[in-house]
Amino acid sequence: MDMKRDYYEDVQFFTSGVVLFWFVMLILFLLAYPLMVKNYHVYVANYIAINIIVATGLNLLVGYTGQISLGHAGFFAIGSYGTIILMTKAGFPFLLALPAAALIAALFGFLLGLPSLRLEGPYLAIATLGFGLTITQVIGRLDLFGGREGLHAPDLTIGSWHLDTDVEFYYLLMTLTVLLIAAARNIVRTRVGRAFIAIRDADLAAETMGVNLVFYKTLSFAVSAFYAGMAGGLYAFVLRFIEPEIFTLMMSIMFLAMVVVGGLGSIMGAIAGAGLLSWLDLQLRNILEIPYLGTWLETLSKSWFSITGVSNIQFIVFGLIMVLIMLFEPLGIYGVWIRIKKYWRTWPF
Amino acid sequence: MIDFLQMIASGIAVGSSYALMGLAMVIIYKTSEVPNFAQGEMALIASFFAFMLIDSFGAAWYTAFAGALLFAILLGCFLEYAVLRRAKEPNILGMIVITIGLEMILLGFVSWKFGADQKTMPFPISPYDSLVIGDIFVSTLELLTLVVALVIMLVLFFFFRFSKLGLAVKATQQNPVAARLMGIRTNRILMMTWGISSFVGCLAGLLIAPTIMQPYMMWDPMLKGFAAAVMGGMTSLPGAVVAAYLLGIIENLFGGYVSIEFKSVVAFAIIVLVLCFKPSGLFAKHYVKKV
Repeated sequence: MDMKRDYYEDVQFFTSGVVLFWFVMLILFLLAYPLMVKNYHVYVANYIAINIIVATGLNLLVGYTGQISLGHAGFFAIGSYGTIILMTKAGFPFLLALPAAALIAALFGFLLGLPSLRLEGPYLAIATLGFGLTITQVIGRLDLFGGREGLHAPDLTIGSWHLDTDVEFYYLLMTLTVLLIAAARNIVRTRVGRAFIAIRDADLAAETMGVNLVFYKTLSFAVSAFYAGMAGGLYAFVLRFIEPEIFTLMMSIMFLAMVVVGGLGSIMGAIAGAGLLSWLDLQLRNILEIPYLGTWLETLSKSWFSITGVSNIQFIVFGLIMVLIMLFEPLGIYGVWIRIKKYWRTWPF
Repeated sequence: MIDFLQMIASGIAVGSSYALMGLAMVIIYKTSEVPNFAQGEMALIASFFAFMLIDSFGAAWYTAFAGALLFAILLGCFLEYAVLRRAKEPNILGMIVITIGLEMILLGFVSWKFGADQKTMPFPISPYDSLVIGDIFVSTLELLTLVVALVIMLVLFFFFRFSKLGLAVKATQQNPVAARLMGIRTNRILMMTWGISSFVGCLAGLLIAPTIMQPYMMWDPMLKGFAAAVMGGMTSLPGAVVAAYLLGIIENLFGGYVSIEFKSVVAFAIIVLVLCFKPSGLFAKHYVKKV
């Protein structure tokens, strides 16, 4: 079907004309999107794009390198606070502050990657989880970071371009998202990505084949943290206000859930998972306003549950999605897509 | 000196609830290698079940507590039977995601049903009763938690070492296939360990409930208990308990002498440090993977 005949075919960016066509269509759609919808939907798109960046980065770590991280909210927070503080206190321009903060996050990722060389399974899970919690606590207690009161994002200007609406920010964010996803794709289809995959499949075998475990494992953590840091820096400007309460353990769990629900080890999967879960997240926040279902849930809550806790239904929904995906389709949405594709390719047999 | 002893005493007291949660996690990890993130919420829902029996049905506290413990056992067995056993490719990440999913379902259910506000659990011992030993104050509830934690640890230790069923559990953990060939119903053993673990967790929940009772009450004890279990080596029952007390004491001393603000995160810093030097925890033999 799609036999690769030489190395360059294996690493080429667009595998066929069809893919190129749809890629161009996607770019055109993204360009036209803010012109077609209301402002709120632009905000939704921004929110989803942020999560897509984190999920893509986390997927490099979890899906491709096979490590576990329950602390990505920590890197996300470092990116957010780093960007704002570099801009307000050190006077960096935005385009310099954002990658600088992401690089700081990457440095922390490298440091967290060092113990990961010796840890696996639950040990790694608790170490990363502890890291995420520690970062939030430390940020919440230091005056430089605004303490419990949080920080306001400064005005965003790039050169003479003043971005003060969601639509303008949308174009900046989408450009960065597409670039970062392309970069992730480049990483996984070249030497580095193959080293990651080798480590995931069998780290001992990879080491004997000459893959430097120290280098590639810490690199994977650093790259993943860089993505989370970039996303965090951008998120600060979506919210315009950040406080330590945002970067909870639940956030780290949601990032992991996005990658797992979307499909481990697939960039398209991470995008789909992040899109689905963050869209659901926004929808379920106002669960009582959903037509039909909302009124039914309201009566149900009033007679059997409590009406004050009705927003917690979103936890039930997310939990159910995670459990059901793991039980019935461990490859996630990407696995479903593969199955559908296979079915139609061989149809009617 | 009095301060120091008082801090140690409070550390031991808070360590007891960590120890119970840690024990609960170790029991499950020992047999099925699942790091059970839903442990805290299993205890949470059982504690709220007791609360509901008392509050809505007017049951006496001993009936309610017995009901909650029974409920916890059934819940543990049910989750193992209905969810964990159905997992297709049981790798560690999948198990972590499934248990986190269960945790979110249970948490969402409890906070939907009961709302997020603080409840008061009627308990025969008030958390404000205290004993004075020498010059140190210990609350009666803390003392009770300590006794329960130690008794549970001893009972479990002897159960796993000397009883026939405990031996079957050990066999299942070491080699499930061989155990099944020897006539052990490994599925049933797994289900039973989930029941026991849920029971121990529920004890912790019921003992925490008089002081704090709201849907997020089990997060801190669960995470610290997990941390203690990891520090103790994830498979060693006494290890988890010792590590839990160590964490509790260090946490309190750190809070007293260094910085009260970072008290709650120092446990995780210790964990990372310990794991850097002893990757399999303090009390487990380091297991080297065979190629």
